[in-house]
Amino acid sequence: MSLWRIVFKSLRQHLLSTLVTALSIALAGGLLMSVWTVKEQSQAAFTGVTAGFDAVLGARGSKLQLVLNSIFHLEESPGNLPWSDFLDIQKNANVQVAIPIAVGDNYRGYRLIGVSTNLFFDVEYAPGRRYRVEPPGRPFDATLREAVVGSFAASRLGLKPGDKFHPYHGLIFDEKNQHSETYVVVGVMEPSNTPADRVIWIPLEGLQRMTGHDPRAAADISAVLVKLKAAIAGQQMDLLYNKQGDRLTFAWPIARIISQLFDKIAWFDRVLALVAYLVALVAAGSILASIYNSMNERRRDIAILRALGARRRTIFSTIVLEASCIAALGMLIAFVAYGAIIAVAAAVIRAQTGVVIEPLAFHTIMLWAPLSMIALSALAGIVPAVKAYQTNVAENLAPVS
Amino acid sequence: MPLLEISELKKSFIAPDSSTQTVIDVPSFSLSEKEQKALSGESGSGKTTFLNLIAGILKPNSGSIRLDGREMSALSEPERDRLRATTIGYIFQTFNLLQGYTCLENVLLAMSFGPGLDKGFAVALLERVGLREKLRHYPRHLSTGQQQRVAVARALANRPKLVLADEPTGNLDHINAREALKLIREACRENGAALLIVSHDREVLAQFEKVQPLHQINRGAMPMNSNLRSSTSNPP
Repeated sequence: MSLWRIVFKSLRQHLLSTLVTALSIALAGGLLMSVWTVKEQSQAAFTGVTAGFDAVLGARGSKLQLVLNSIFHLEESPGNLPWSDFLDIQKNANVQVAIPIAVGDNYRGYRLIGVSTNLFFDVEYAPGRRYRVEPPGRPFDATLREAVVGSFAASRLGLKPGDKFHPYHGLIFDEKNQHSETYVVVGVMEPSNTPADRVIWIPLEGLQRMTGHDPRAAADISAVLVKLKAAIAGQQMDLLYNKQGDRLTFAWPIARIISQLFDKIAWFDRVLALVAYLVALVAAGSILASIYNSMNERRRDIAILRALGARRRTIFSTIVLEASCIAALGMLIAFVAYGAIIAVAAAVIRAQTGVVIEPLAFHTIMLWAPLSMIALSALAGIVPAVKAYQTNVAENLAPVS
Repeated sequence: MPLLEISELKKSFIAPDSSTQTVIDVPSFSLSEKEQKALSGESGSGKTTFLNLIAGILKPNSGSIRLDGREMSALSEPERDRLRATTIGYIFQTFNLLQGYTCLENVLLAMSFGPGLDKGFAVALLERVGLREKLRHYPRHLSTGQQQRVAVARALANRPKLVLADEPTGNLDHINAREALKLIREACRENGAALLIVSHDREVLAQFEKVQPLHQINRGAMPMNSNLRSSTSNPP
């Protein structure tokens, strides 16, 4: 009968405490892996999302705010810029595509983005992939009050081609701020797994001239999304707009600007990681406590094993192995907890930002978290193992005659 | 050469009042191969301590225990553990079966610390003690008599040269006690093992040709108030 068999028997004999302790390990492991993976994956996903653009031109202000507003459709616009600025950058020799956008309205919380129709024809959001409208829909006619709805927004709002809606003023939904214009949905976009999925696209002029908007700003735009002919050209543009000019902001490159966001919230990651480490320590402590507390009832079994010829080190190894097995069992369950947490996190991130993270993608944490947890638990098992090692055989083979 | 040879064996304990109490002081004792001997003694006379010293569970303060040609005091603890696993079978008054293990597993467990697993022999032993139908039963599902039979099978699992039995019938009724004792003696004979039994039960002691009161060999033991014969041999 192998050591494993003896350990298995002991685990079964103390089934309830085994399961409770394994569950605490599962919680710790699941939390540890989730925190780490969500952090890594979201950082990778966010910095990887450029929606097919290299830069954004907008009003003078924060580059991060400009990118969040124009690419991720979050935050408020830092301000408007005149149409002439769009014409200028469009003519720049370094620019391959320039697409003006305007923001400021919503439909039931989902943003309306005024955009030119070349979004559907000139932009690849990923190599070889363009924004497409699902058949039988079509891109909107720039001269009509028509809309193309992002796939996620369409599924949440229940919009389909032929449906009509009234936009609401502002970026936050308020029933009292309904515009009088009626827009007709002419298409739903194919999922792109980018923030474009969670907005409603309408003609640029439609948004500019919506009733209630300031007529003096009717020709203004919120930003220009820019695709450069060569990435290196960004430096020249940066110099032109940010260093030499003082009226506009040229946010380039998008990925580096987004990574600044993660730098700003790095402290939050560290707090989460610290909490996860503490939970892991507490879980390892619970293994120590549960085995240690059961030592009184185990003494006789240990004495019997020793009387049968088991060596002290066999008893010691059995207890350490038992602690490790509880941790291993816990970490198996942890993957279920991890799956649940990461699935919820992925759904929330997608709903809030349109960014898709891969819940099933392999990350090294999935290897070292279980190994570390098992090692930590084995370490915790040493304390009761020492107690087991020291068990007095003669005293515990009661009764004595 | 005797299988077990003891000389000048002493074992003391510290009493709660901090005084040193000598429990075992045996100038000489021996047991031949395949011999069956009973030691009589009341509770507290040091019977269990004496067996634990022979089994290597306790270490003597001084003296010599020579088992199967090996001097126990010269062995390290792991070596004594090994010698116990391979050479000695131990039957306890309270059986000391592991409750989380089936009958078969209890026997196999003993084998795992000895020369190795021999499932066929383990099954044969349990069949020999009349538990053919109970191989997969847990101790809690057995009567006390059946539990003692499992303990007998376990004690013989590693084909030991010596079986030590500490009040093996103490928890059994008269009928079961007689059967258990008969079984232990027969099983030891069949397996070529010597048997050293300690008991205070007159019925048990009466079954043995050779009975020694512990106080006769142990100067550390209190003399028992008994009308048993003090000779070293009983009529068969």
